[in-house]
Amino acid sequence: MKKYINTGNKDTRSGFGEGLLLAGRENKNVVALAADLKGSVKMDGFAKEFPQRFFQAGIAEANMVNVAAGLSLSGKIPFVGTFAAFAAGRVYDQVRMAVAYSETNVKIAASHAGITLGEDGATHQILEDIGLMRMLPGMCVVVPCDYNQTKNATLAAARWNGPVYLRFGRPSVPNFTPEDEPFEIGKAYVLNPGSDVTILACGHLVWEALVAAEELEKEGISAEVINVATIKPLDTETILESIKKTGCAVAAEEHFIYGGMGEMVAGLLCSQMTAPVEHVAIADRFGQSGTPAELMKAYGLDWEHIVSAARRAIARK
Amino acid sequence: MSEIKRLKDIACQIRRDILRMVTMAKSGHPGGSLSSTDVLTVLFFNRMKHDPKTWNRSGVGQDMFFLSCGHESPLLYSILARSGYFPVEELSSFRKLGSRLQGHPATDTGLPGVYEASGSLGQGLSVAVGAALAKKLDSDPCKVYCLVGDGESQEGQIWEAAQFASHHKADNLIAFTDWNGQQIDGTTEEVIGPDHLDQRWKAFGWNVIIAEDGNSVEDIISALNLADELQQAEPKPVMIMLKTVMGKGVDFMEGTCKWHGKAPKPEECQAALAQIPETLGDF
Repeated sequence: MKKYINTGNKDTRSGFGEGLLLAGRENKNVVALAADLKGSVKMDGFAKEFPQRFFQAGIAEANMVNVAAGLSLSGKIPFVGTFAAFAAGRVYDQVRMAVAYSETNVKIAASHAGITLGEDGATHQILEDIGLMRMLPGMCVVVPCDYNQTKNATLAAARWNGPVYLRFGRPSVPNFTPEDEPFEIGKAYVLNPGSDVTILACGHLVWEALVAAEELEKEGISAEVINVATIKPLDTETILESIKKTGCAVAAEEHFIYGGMGEMVAGLLCSQMTAPVEHVAIADRFGQSGTPAELMKAYGLDWEHIVSAARRAIARK
Repeated sequence: MSEIKRLKDIACQIRRDILRMVTMAKSGHPGGSLSSTDVLTVLFFNRMKHDPKTWNRSGVGQDMFFLSCGHESPLLYSILARSGYFPVEELSSFRKLGSRLQGHPATDTGLPGVYEASGSLGQGLSVAVGAALAKKLDSDPCKVYCLVGDGESQEGQIWEAAQFASHHKADNLIAFTDWNGQQIDGTTEEVIGPDHLDQRWKAFGWNVIIAEDGNSVEDIISALNLADELQQAEPKPVMIMLKTVMGKGVDFMEGTCKWHGKAPKPEECQAALAQIPETLGDF
């Protein structure tokens, strides 16, 4: 089993900020818009270096999305940055009509996703955004797993022709993917090969999945860990090939079970083959205030829960 | 023929197209389309720098028009067809299965002249502001125009766009309010008054021009001339408030909300067409 090294915890939102700055240097058409969360979403580096290409929208997210659509028509590549709760929930109709239906080249940078937003509580902790966004025709949904990958995914989003929903978070989490590995939109990354169970994870739960695989190995269980960094378009080939081999899967994500990556995989399996899928995700309830670490534990989103889910999946084979 | 007479003749034909399209489709929005006919006629046939032959969605090097009140699609489609963006015969496909002329303007059908989908109200002005700022970034001297409904201005996003355009000095943007005072459930005052729209735009930092007769080609041209002068003097977006008549041109449709989203029956359409001369030939 390949051993992954955490080079030090870092927040994925800073990975986005670094990626945006690099994308701005790479292509003068990259522009950015913020809704009074420039600092929180780490867009200040870009704003400082490219003041002419940065637009402050104020606390008015709906307008921001449509302005981005208008900017994109002549070839600009706009990144709109705000909390995921607003980017996906508050302005769903704007994203639906001005971005997805109108097929505009707008990149939605959705920060502070999930319960690990923490102390602000459920008002700001969106857990349904992957579902909302993947239902939109033509929308690409990307959930990178750490700082480095978020940086590289941001660069990939800038180069991708079409709308992208890029989801990342607030807390510092292990940083372990290669610093400059080009991100491929639409690819699921097999991090560790295995034969008994496939663990599919996205976001910072990928690290938890790697820890879980180490634990399972101690029990003699061989787990294949796959980083499903793009939820849509889903890398069905890699996922099906793995589950054909292992015969069962665990899907781990910081999201509701409804509409999430795991549900998408379960739907895929139903049409292709018979195999059990166990979810490590949040059931039908809202989040609450707490530290990110406390919440992850309280809501069952850690390596220990992945280990138990893997045992259950194997038992159901 | 004088330019004014030419424009009035075109407006007549556009009105006939609107009435025939919604009648054929047995659905659509004639009231607002008829009230905004004159301003779009002036824009596309007199004012805007635009070339249907070289048109693409980037709008680079062209004046751009955005229809925020997307339900006025019959008007937009007739204007585009009569300008040469696509064959006028295609107007008969309005709202039919497989048509490029969707109920509300869409981009995925590839219809030339449409920059952005609209219809969910309150969003088009924001897109126009974005396009205007892109032109400024690119030093493209062309202008961006946008038509907003007065009922539509009840949407909060209109005022988000208003403050944003003002703050970012979108001085290449000229917007219009089709100030006909009617919406689906009644007059704008009855539904959610008071309106005070001219004062609101002013308060948001826009220069505001009122066209006392928003269905007069002459008044619209004067207002546009003044808008250009204002923008040369001051870096601000301009709102032209067009005091229009809902259903303009058809006596039984004028000044009522009844024809907002209702198609005339064939005999009603005949009675309406009898009031408007066929100037350029029906499609």
